[in-house]
Amino acid sequence: MTSDPDDHVQPGKRDFLKLILGGSLVAWAASILYPLFAYLKPPKQAEVEVTSVKVGTLSSIEKDSGMIVRFGNKPVILVRSAAGELRAFDATCTHLDCTVQYHKEMGVIWCACHNGKYDFNGRNIAGPPPRPLDEYRVVLQGEEVLISKKS
Amino acid sequence: MKTFLTKIYTYVDERVQLEDLVQFMGKKYVPVHRHSVWYYFGGITLFLFLIQVVTGILLLLYYKSGEELAFESIQFIMSKVQFGWLIRSIHSWAANLFILAAVIHMFSVFFERAYRKPRELTWLTGMLMLFLGLGFGFSGYLLPWNELAFFATKVGTDIAGVVPVIGKPILIFLRGGEDVTGATLSRFFGFHVAVFPGIFTVLLGIHLLLVQRQGMSEPLGVEAGAAAPQKTMPFFPNFLLRDLLLWLIVLNILAILAVFFPWELGQKADPFAPAPAGILPEWYFLFMFQTLKMIPAQVWFIDGEVLGIVTFGIAGLLWMLVPFWDRKSARGEQNRTTTYIGIFVVGYIIILTILGWLL
Ligand code: HEM
Ligand code: FES
Repeated sequence: MTSDPDDHVQPGKRDFLKLILGGSLVAWAASILYPLFAYLKPPKQAEVEVTSVKVGTLSSIEKDSGMIVRFGNKPVILVRSAAGELRAFDATCTHLDCTVQYHKEMGVIWCACHNGKYDFNGRNIAGPPPRPLDEYRVVLQGEEVLISKKS
Repeated sequence: MKTFLTKIYTYVDERVQLEDLVQFMGKKYVPVHRHSVWYYFGGITLFLFLIQVVTGILLLLYYKSGEELAFESIQFIMSKVQFGWLIRSIHSWAANLFILAAVIHMFSVFFERAYRKPRELTWLTGMLMLFLGLGFGFSGYLLPWNELAFFATKVGTDIAGVVPVIGKPILIFLRGGEDVTGATLSRFFGFHVAVFPGIFTVLLGIHLLLVQRQGMSEPLGVEAGAAAPQKTMPFFPNFLLRDLLLWLIVLNILAILAVFFPWELGQKADPFAPAPAGILPEWYFLFMFQTLKMIPAQVWFIDGEVLGIVTFGIAGLLWMLVPFWDRKSARGEQNRTTTYIGIFVVGYIIILTILGWLL
């Protein structure tokens, strides 16, 4: 008589064992992979929440010019029109992340990377940028010029 | 002297039986025909990689990664360390020649159909090494932390971020955060000097082992027309000596370039300065970059950039899988279609690279 040793095990029991074995294998793999992938993800740095920055006195900012201002860890561009009006925008180009500058001759905010152009209101008017620049608020406190986030 | 060497050989041979190994290394023959020149480009690529390993390790003796250290350490290498400028210049020039040689090698293999059975794995490992080579170039470019590299990396990683679904996590992973910062530099440094060299070495080992094991392929046309026995030359020493001569020539070209056109360093990266005009990726990314510039912002209802990137991704994948869909060549028949595809791809890359320079 030939007897298969498997005959003694009920199929239900075997499936159960397979499940346990397979499950623990998956759990084992996950317990290794999860920390690994979690490690690769950079933690959110606790940034000092900046709400406004002082730029300087109004008279120190030339007409028809632009300057990059450090806003926390973000660059912001402050532009002053020939008429003397002030505007501030996020200086990060909406196309591919370059930093924009004020271009006197063209009278636009210009991105050198792919020749993107924005007007005095931060609207994308030429080149590849798909969206306008985010605007910041410019506040005058007496002579002092301040830039703050638009809420 | 002779007896001393023989003694060493016998010593080792007695313990590990070198016979098989010597037989294995020595049995290769290189076919001789009118396309034989192309066989040399793999060797040149190998040589340039070795140069990169040596000069890279030398740079590591003085290079420091970090936002406040990287640029300064390269300045130090170039001005204070004796021949530091030369080592850096060689590493930079050889990086470019390495990619060039690898690309030529790859296309010659493609047009000679050397990827067909049984050499599919050789082709695959080769393609993976080429992609790694591009990774070497992209990551190394940032290491001096200069203005040009800073913005090129911003743009390059931002392009990766455009890919639907997986793009954003990839961008965060590459940059080590939302923006290109010192964290990005640390990561790129790690990839460049540890991760990539490790993987590359394994792939290279497999690649060379396969070449040694299977010998050189012959182009289809040559194979078919050969009723008479093929002309060959032994790999050792005939081909190897020619290889070495060529390496010497490449080394000379490299030295001339490195000495007479020393690699520039430029301005230190400043995240609070506007991007300078003339931001360009390295020349081997230029054709993709130019394509992205020329695609309209919106094609149908799809974002132009997304379309471009996904198309390049799929095209690259199909190219890598050519041994598996080019059934005709696998059967040993001429396949014109792949030739035309190849010519189209070469033409496309050349034309868009030139446009990228001019526009
Ligand atoms: C084990 C191999 C390698 C090591 C240890 C290494 C190490 C380094 C180091 C320390 C730097 C920073 C110094 C500098 O920027 O001049 C660097 C830069 C660089 N590496 Fe490598 N490297 C290796 C292989 C490669 C390969 C195979 C390539 C091929 C594309 C490559 C391409 C570059 C480039 C383009 C730079 C930037 C050069 C510059 O502008 O200064 N490296 N590498
Ligand atoms: S990044 Fe500004 S135009 Fe492309």
